[in-house]
Amino acid sequence: MTLSDLARPWRPFSYGFLDASAKREIRRKLVKAIAVPGCQIPYASREVPIARGWGTGGLQVTCTLVTPGDTVKVIDQGADDSVNAASIRRFLARVSGAATTLDTTEATLIQSRHRVPEERLHAGQTLILQVPNPEPLRPVMPDMSIARQMHADADYGRLWLVLYEQMVRTGRVMLGAAYPSLVNGRHVMTPSPIPRWDVPKLHMADHLTILSAGREKRIFAVPPHTRVEPLVFDDVPYRVEEHGSLTCHKSGLRGYFMNELPQPDGTALHEVSDSHLGEKAIRRAEGEDVRIAETWYRNGELAP
Amino acid sequence: MTALGLAPPTLVTAPPLLVLEGVTKSYGPVPALRGVSARIWPGEVLGIVGESGSGKSTFLRMMHLEETPDAGSYMLNLPGTPGNLFDLDRYDRAQLRARHIGIVYQNPHQGLLMKNSSSGNVAERLLIAGERRFAILREKARGALDASEFPLDRMDAPPIELSGGMQQRVQLAKAIALEPAVLLLDEPTTGLDVSVQAAVLDTLKRLQRDRGISMVIVSHDLGVIRVMADRVMVMRHGIVVEEGLVDQVFQDPQHAYTQQLVHAKL
Repeated sequence: MTLSDLARPWRPFSYGFLDASAKREIRRKLVKAIAVPGCQIPYASREVPIARGWGTGGLQVTCTLVTPGDTVKVIDQGADDSVNAASIRRFLARVSGAATTLDTTEATLIQSRHRVPEERLHAGQTLILQVPNPEPLRPVMPDMSIARQMHADADYGRLWLVLYEQMVRTGRVMLGAAYPSLVNGRHVMTPSPIPRWDVPKLHMADHLTILSAGREKRIFAVPPHTRVEPLVFDDVPYRVEEHGSLTCHKSGLRGYFMNELPQPDGTALHEVSDSHLGEKAIRRAEGEDVRIAETWYRNGELAP
Repeated sequence: MTALGLAPPTLVTAPPLLVLEGVTKSYGPVPALRGVSARIWPGEVLGIVGESGSGKSTFLRMMHLEETPDAGSYMLNLPGTPGNLFDLDRYDRAQLRARHIGIVYQNPHQGLLMKNSSSGNVAERLLIAGERRFAILREKARGALDASEFPLDRMDAPPIELSGGMQQRVQLAKAIALEPAVLLLDEPTTGLDVSVQAAVLDTLKRLQRDRGISMVIVSHDLGVIRVMADRVMVMRHGIVVEEGLVDQVFQDPQHAYTQQLVHAKL
């Protein structure tokens, strides 16, 4: 018997690109992250064939979770057709044989940067967010070993102090993306750079959300039916971006998160940020039989 | 009531608020404290004097639970505080410190977030205690700054833009925001010019009279101790060489070092 008889025949790469040990590492840390919602779990981040900062954390999680039976959707800033989203989607299809889709309702794995889709995700779907900076305390505590102690002590007074300062200076909270949020009443997480508009979508959601930072090597999760509460003062209500009254110039959709398109004459047009939702609305207007699922927001107001 | 409108002195019969016994600490081979004990009664001001390196600041850090000693015990006679505070873990120490102990450092950079607003510095204390209403935070921060005689039109200016005396007032407001049982002052007026020093001491004195806070004031300036303190402890080489009422110790020093200290005053 020779060694080559015992080994499997050579193949170009492992299923889902990552080797078995890398996937096992991520699976183990995922279990931990889901068990302690919002707590940042360090993991051994591996190289994937995109640059750090381009979604390596999200890609490693997707590569680990993907099976041939999955349907994958990739979003970049709400759009499915940007170069980064298209490349990641093609890569995932190539290494896993999974189907790809642009439709939120059909996807089982959704890897996203900056947005949560407008259509309500259901149980069984997994949202994977790419996170550039997983540490919500970094702006107030540059020393990471002390920041970790602050997480352990649930000592988040400094984050409220940031809100206080902004209220004093400008009369309102000026945090835009990555609004610090308390998960399950215990850990404050930064929900990746999603806009304030999207944070309430994670609260008591039916789907699983996994947040992964490849460069910073941290993974955290919001399991289904878990409280996600943005930090706010009791007497100053949480406000999302004022996009409720904007209308998409292409699809005519109203009451969703919009991208602003500045025009040469100084005005601005808006288009719906969730590109496939816009596309579906246009196709439906043209008489096609397209199903748009229930959305989180209705007429610009968060649906109960 | 006396002519000044002050209550006449009364006999204190309450048990001591704060009891430290045999606190010992050395840094490597260097002994900083060699069995120092102190008791502070409610509403009393204890002064600690001594030369640099005598261990007075280390002792104050022990009282603020920033460090743990090699040996010794620390009791705080307040409801809900357990036996020896030195046995508490980091989290409980921080909680206790936030609720019952206020501190003013010599260097404002140590106690303040220099780039946050002054009112924010005070509000941080309240946020740690769990206050989550913006209007109440604002009101209480204003109240504490007012009590420490800080000009309220500058309450949102960052401490880095303020003068030394005003920075000390922000520190003081922060320290008293949660109405602590004990206020620790580490050389609070060193580095201020004489007139500002007098004004800050005046504020401290008034606060002490109005609120009856127990204070521990560490200073190498005998004048400050004479004005502020009821009792004084003289420290040298990590031990207490003399202890007694301020007038008694300064008028009639017994220990050779205290005699030297009193006479060395310029």
